[in-house]
Amino acid sequence: MRRNQVAVVGAAETTELGVIPTMSQLQLHADAALNAIADAGLKLSDIDGFATAVETPQQVCHYLGIRPTWVDGTSVGGCSFMLHVRHAAAAIEAGLCKTVLITHAESGKSMIGKAPRSIPADSLQGQFEAPYGVYGPPSMFPIPVLRFMKTYGITHEQLAAVAVVQREWAAKNPRAMMKDPITVADVLNSRMIAYPFRLLQCCLVTDGGGALILTSADRARDFPRKPVYIMGTGESVETPMVSQMETFNSSRAFKTAGPLAFKEAGIAHKDVDHLMIYDAFAHLPLFGLGDLGFMPHEETGKFIADGNTRPGGKLPLNTNGGGLSYMHSGMYGMYALQESVRQMRGIAPAQVPNAKISVCHGVGGMFAASGTIVFTNER
Amino acid sequence: MAEPQRARPKPTPETQHFWDGTKAGELRLQRCDACAHVYFPPRPFCPSCASRRVSVFKASGKGFLYSYVINHRPAAPGFTPPYAIAVVELAEGPRMMSNIIDCPQTPEALELDMKLEVAFEALDDKITLPVFRPAKG
Repeated sequence: MRRNQVAVVGAAETTELGVIPTMSQLQLHADAALNAIADAGLKLSDIDGFATAVETPQQVCHYLGIRPTWVDGTSVGGCSFMLHVRHAAAAIEAGLCKTVLITHAESGKSMIGKAPRSIPADSLQGQFEAPYGVYGPPSMFPIPVLRFMKTYGITHEQLAAVAVVQREWAAKNPRAMMKDPITVADVLNSRMIAYPFRLLQCCLVTDGGGALILTSADRARDFPRKPVYIMGTGESVETPMVSQMETFNSSRAFKTAGPLAFKEAGIAHKDVDHLMIYDAFAHLPLFGLGDLGFMPHEETGKFIADGNTRPGGKLPLNTNGGGLSYMHSGMYGMYALQESVRQMRGIAPAQVPNAKISVCHGVGGMFAASGTIVFTNER
Repeated sequence: MAEPQRARPKPTPETQHFWDGTKAGELRLQRCDACAHVYFPPRPFCPSCASRRVSVFKASGKGFLYSYVINHRPAAPGFTPPYAIAVVELAEGPRMMSNIIDCPQTPEALELDMKLEVAFEALDDKITLPVFRPAKG
């Protein structure tokens, strides 16, 4: 795909984030969509392309009154929205549609109008993982961590520092769910969830949503907001079974999607001003920094513990506070994308001065899928 | 009220031989007749070379502890926390999720790379689960 041919011209989250007992999951989609439409200065009738995950496109399109000529229901977990951005950019370039709306919403905390996740007993997961006591992401996503730590000499303190640094970012963000400062000792003394991870190393569980609107870069100039261009994109999947990853020392999906996006954007790692790495749990930024090629995996723990990703550090990472402190409805990828767009527009609560290139890297399932988007505010 | 039950696998046509194996006290894997690739979970073709000529064989049951978590909360139905959810690397190459029995469920006792051997735990008259215990000797 050619770089900078498509731009984000509308971006918004739901009016509220956190605990929202007043809205169903479907209405959260609509709330985010209407906010993004208003942000772009458009009408719903201007939308001719639509993408969403978990909920079907037909469900959300009908609810909103949209009549699309292009739809994408790719649903590969929390990074689905990175894949939607990639697919939408390709569709717009190919002339299949002109203006794409991507929505995410999840009543992850209040569970209103949300189907519970279940594992069929005759699926491969149901036969070869569920019988061993896995029960939700906290019992599965951290399974690779001890091997990763042993291979690369990563310490518990370094993995605790991830949560500490992200809380520093969250403290600057009025919409962050958790803002009080924490220390490495606080993290290591918090309640054990699934050894080696404790409560403060696991994502929040919240309600919320977000939406993006994309159009061609040529049209983007006529919109009220500063366009944010799609510079590079990548995607991949590996396995829905964490036990069947090729290795616990890296993620194959990360190592495929990340370099694809860097190559398409034509950038080197030193060009990156701002970075988002979907942090459902504290090890993900370490996997991301290594698998995206910022540094060898063995340096990732020290890099974060030394403060390089904190406010004022040389590689600002997860500047909204991340899934650990900002919000995590279950499929956090949309919120990472929203923060990248805010940073490129120059309006983030913890704005990185003069940031021109933002890399946004997402994970789906337990390392099951991945999507990477490189944004820029210069064409 | 009945005790909440541990999740029970339901075999499919492609996995039936595996569950027949565990019931008979065997851990069965598959090997490609064309490229010799050994793989898991079961399927009637080789995920490495796409050959449909594959054979089922009895694995050694030996392996080592590749990684794990000790789950504290929330606990799955039928489990009393804390309990380890482990991934075992088999001597033949494939990895599988399992539980480690006859071993304290602590970081001190559960050492990465420790040698393990298969054991079988009958859930009912239809399903027997392969689990692992520290290898003797």
